[in-house]
Amino acid sequence: MSMSIEAKLGLDVFKIDKERHITIDTEKCRTVCTIKACLWVCPANLYEVDDQGNHTVNYEGCLECGTCLISCDHRALEWHYPRGEYGVQYRMG
Amino acid sequence: MEKVDCIIVGGGLAGLSAAYGLASEGLEVMVIERGDYSGAKNVTGGRLYLSPIRDIYPELWESAPFERPVVRELVTLMGDGADTTIELASQKFATPPHQSYTVLRARLDQWLADQVMEKGGMVITKNRVDELLLENGKVIGIRAGEDDIGADVTIIAEGVLGLLSSKAGLRSEPRPEDHAVGFKEIVELPPAVIQDRWHLNDGEGAAHLFMGSVTRGMLGGGFIYTNKDSISLGIVVGMEHLRRDGEKMDSWKLLDAFKEMPQIQPLIAGGTTVEYSAHAIYEGGIAKVPKLYGDGYLLVGDTAGLSLNALVTVRGMDFAIASGYYAARTVLDARQRGDFSAAGLAQYEQSLRSSFVLKDLETAREIPHTIENPRLFTHYPQAVSRLMQDVFTIGPQPAKKLSSVVIGGVRKDFLNLTTFKELLGMRKI
Repeated sequence: MSMSIEAKLGLDVFKIDKERHITIDTEKCRTVCTIKACLWVCPANLYEVDDQGNHTVNYEGCLECGTCLISCDHRALEWHYPRGEYGVQYRMG
Repeated sequence: MEKVDCIIVGGGLAGLSAAYGLASEGLEVMVIERGDYSGAKNVTGGRLYLSPIRDIYPELWESAPFERPVVRELVTLMGDGADTTIELASQKFATPPHQSYTVLRARLDQWLADQVMEKGGMVITKNRVDELLLENGKVIGIRAGEDDIGADVTIIAEGVLGLLSSKAGLRSEPRPEDHAVGFKEIVELPPAVIQDRWHLNDGEGAAHLFMGSVTRGMLGGGFIYTNKDSISLGIVVGMEHLRRDGEKMDSWKLLDAFKEMPQIQPLIAGGTTVEYSAHAIYEGGIAKVPKLYGDGYLLVGDTAGLSLNALVTVRGMDFAIASGYYAARTVLDARQRGDFSAAGLAQYEQSLRSSFVLKDLETAREIPHTIENPRLFTHYPQAVSRLMQDVFTIGPQPAKKLSSVVIGGVRKDFLNLTTFKELLGMRKI
């Protein structure tokens, strides 16, 4: 019954905007942040560090809970809701 | 600038409740919702306590799309290797009028939006409010895309993050120590299977909470709420704990670990997961509730910090609906006097204070920091289950007297200074 997180997100309806609603100030992640909580707090597991050591976020699968925003000590995230009619659309909620 | 009587930012339960109250009295009210429909961005555990709000809009609830009335309350204390479940089957809860119902937000909120529109209110979906418009400190309307729309009063029901209101300086930004994150799966199961597994009669529902090893010592727990033909299965965990201690495990893996526990597997066996969702939850209590009103605006629902986690009862939607109702009453009275200044809207806070909303939050004032204690999620569930296991054990050795097993267990795990001090702290809640 266990599913990968990607498979779980695959069950949801997303209307993906080409405009990103989360941008990361990766300089802050690299220089000031020590704990890097975004890598494990996100319930959709969207944050990663790429080969160059930059933090990235796969905003397309965002559940819009705001946990990353609230958990970031260094205000490294510019985070707003996706534009109207974009983003996750829960059918149950 | 185009102008209406009242703009409501956000078409969740708080905003729609306010809209219903205002539209019913003939006001020109415009709800702006960013989702494809009301409820598209909302998540509950969840259960709605109807008792406190039954007399608010009494004509509404008969037709509401509730899932099941909750007639059984279960709390499982999870230790390592043993857990103890307390199951309350109450005749009182099983007899109408039912005090609480399981709900799914996409269904409930869309239905309430329909009721608002039937009363003549406008619910505009697929539009995000980008900004609150202020003039000399007074909220005079909103900006959505290219459009500026003015209003006598703006009711801010934008949800728990409060992005617009904190940007406008009407409340502070959300802090991790005051919030939890909940995430859940909707698992479809046939109604008869749900009823068998939770010992329910046809149509009845259960709320099942799990405390202890499920969150690995972090503030929070697991939950199952039975819907009509599915269950809501999820985890709530305090953001500060998760941020500080969560490195041990990705948040989302807590739910998978929960599902794989041998005591959970038979409850969900054969089920099909059909949706995965997540939402932030305010748990800061009344001490951190922001100023609820000001010139030209009112804060309602989660934006106003009106939610309460009292461990075995978790509330928010009843507060949201009630705060929307009182916001509507306040606006109607302010309109009579033609005064939408802070002074003209002050009645809002007074009516919340004399209602169950702020009374219940006041009663629970000490809960947020009392339940911060990790021993509640580690030591106690473990100790209770160990004691119960000893009571029920027959081994190869001659048995001890029951009283000495109990007294021995209590002495070991409960009769100590730490527990005594914690008990004293508990008296405040």
